[in-house]
Amino acid sequence: MNEGGREQTARPWEDPQAQPFIRIENLRKEFDGFPAVDGVSLEIYQGELFAILGGSGCGKSTLLRLLAGFETPTAGRIFIDGADMAGLPPYERPTNMMFQSYAVFPHYSVAENVAYGLKKEGLDKAEVNARVEELLELVQLGDFARRKPRQLSGGQQQRVALARALVKRPKVLLLDEPLAALDKNLRERTQFELMNIQDRLGITFIVVTHDQDEAMTLASRIAVMEAGKFLQTGTPSEVYEYPNCRFVADFFGTINLFRGHPETCAPGRVRCEETGTMILVDPDAGHDEAAGGLTVAVRPEKIRLSREPSTQDGHTVMHGKVEDLAYYGNYSVYRIRTDSGKLIQVSSQNAGRSAELTLEWEDQVYLSWPRECSVVLTR
Amino acid sequence: MQRGADPVSAARGEALWRRAVVGIPYFWLLVFFAIPFVIILRISFADPIIGAPPFTPLYDAEEGIYATGDNYRFLAEDDLYWVSYLKSIRIALVSTLLCLLLGYPMAYGIARARSTTRNLLLLLVILPFWTSFLLRVYAWMGMLSNQGVINKALMGLGLTDGPVQFLYTDFAVYLGIVYSYLPFMILPLYATLEGLDENLMDAAADLGGRPRQVFFDITVPMSAPGILAGSLLVFIPSLGEFVIPSLLGGLETLMIGKTLFDEFFVNRDWPLASAVATVLVLILILPIVLFQRYSATAERLNRQ
Repeated sequence: MNEGGREQTARPWEDPQAQPFIRIENLRKEFDGFPAVDGVSLEIYQGELFAILGGSGCGKSTLLRLLAGFETPTAGRIFIDGADMAGLPPYERPTNMMFQSYAVFPHYSVAENVAYGLKKEGLDKAEVNARVEELLELVQLGDFARRKPRQLSGGQQQRVALARALVKRPKVLLLDEPLAALDKNLRERTQFELMNIQDRLGITFIVVTHDQDEAMTLASRIAVMEAGKFLQTGTPSEVYEYPNCRFVADFFGTINLFRGHPETCAPGRVRCEETGTMILVDPDAGHDEAAGGLTVAVRPEKIRLSREPSTQDGHTVMHGKVEDLAYYGNYSVYRIRTDSGKLIQVSSQNAGRSAELTLEWEDQVYLSWPRECSVVLTR
Repeated sequence: MQRGADPVSAARGEALWRRAVVGIPYFWLLVFFAIPFVIILRISFADPIIGAPPFTPLYDAEEGIYATGDNYRFLAEDDLYWVSYLKSIRIALVSTLLCLLLGYPMAYGIARARSTTRNLLLLLVILPFWTSFLLRVYAWMGMLSNQGVINKALMGLGLTDGPVQFLYTDFAVYLGIVYSYLPFMILPLYATLEGLDENLMDAAADLGGRPRQVFFDITVPMSAPGILAGSLLVFIPSLGEFVIPSLLGGLETLMIGKTLFDEFFVNRDWPLASAVATVLVLILILPIVLFQRYSATAERLNRQ
């Protein structure tokens, strides 16, 4: 369909020559004077699977509805493949949407649902039938063409919604919480199916979700949204490893946050308010902005536990005792109470058959992590 | 043992309670519909006599059981009744259609209004019920009469030289029926339209449906239960309507309700009047059964 999309570099957003496929400029949408989308700018490249991630009411669904044309922006513009979307109603846009509730037409059969968009295009019957059949094969619903939606399971209904949205070969497919209504097993399977289909058709996907795991595994890039604004845009590993603010750091999994002040005379050292100890950080990481103090964030899996204090260079070391531990099979989670009383979460892989370090409740233990794992946050 | 602690007696109590709850409506129907209908049915097979009651008894010690089909034969032979039935059906059908055409956009507007406005609009729909139905029809008589507000306004504006005959015409009957029964169309329509998943309409628009196509492809079929319920709620009572045609209608407005009234109270021919009523019930049973079957299927499908 779009071979060109596949031949682009794997990371087009890093290529200064690459032309964005979707450009959103200062988009703003107010409801009764309250901004739901508050000055959002974004560039998405062809063939991307882009995730917009945020909690409920952050404006992510409004953004999706603005792209689909269900809402008119208060200000700002949207370009898709170079064309300005201003004033274009949904039925004239090169986008199709998969709704969270699926919105499968209950009075039509599966095949009629999928055919609806093509019939509105005025295609002749033979072509409509051929394309409907092709899409139903793609989503593995070939045998269900004559069924009514109420005779299908939730997962099957979702595949009808997907086929219906894809059959028109949109330039952009918008997906609103595509996995939210599915149970855990079906979720994982559907997730891979979605990625597969996206890869095969080369259509640009924009997924809105509140589930960070979903965003991390699905997306080529993620934009984290809060109160109508984008906090951070980046690849899953970027937003996970290098969050740019406390909100983003906290949003993806667990993270230990230490409030502190940089030592003015010794760059790369932050005195932690709560523990009173020193945390080693990257000396170049934005110390100057942090007049009012900063936060050091450390992921639980970056912290190592040992009986003896680490002597490795550039490691932050703290001492505490095991307050809580949970065994999950492939990994264990420990909650360590430091001497100063701060609770720190540590997770470690259980790589060996019997872990080298067997810790029990109340055990004395040292924590350590290398300086590059300390993420300095000023917001 | 404490009362209620015994599971068997508790279950029995519950079953009894359930039977009572289900039984009340059946009892109601028995007393106020089935028994009266059987009485009417029985009278329709009698001969009229002068006396009290004004019809021959079903069973006489000397003559045994007496029943006659004369009344039905007379109904079939006399044009008056045919004309009345057909005219009633026509007026009821046209009024239902008019109510639908007027009520649908109103219900749609209310369903799509903001919640505060919506409650106000719903209140306005129900507001006429706060006044007696009869009074409101009398008010229409006043407004439609030759010296009424409407004719005065028309003449005042110089649109007509003399008064236009509104009152005692078919037009006035249509106006009265549509006015009186419009809320019965709007409310069920509103209920279905309000419950419609707006995502369905958005999805249709997203797939290339223009607003008019979306309306006829999705909104109308999805609101079919409301259309059917509203139509029956208007059609059934207007078919047997008596007050409106007798107050607003003219001599040519032969509706079956009025004919029925005349047979009972003017001609005092109870057996014939009962036959007229029985046939009316038979005419109404068909749409009611259709509706019941439809809503039963719809409910079954919804539950799946």
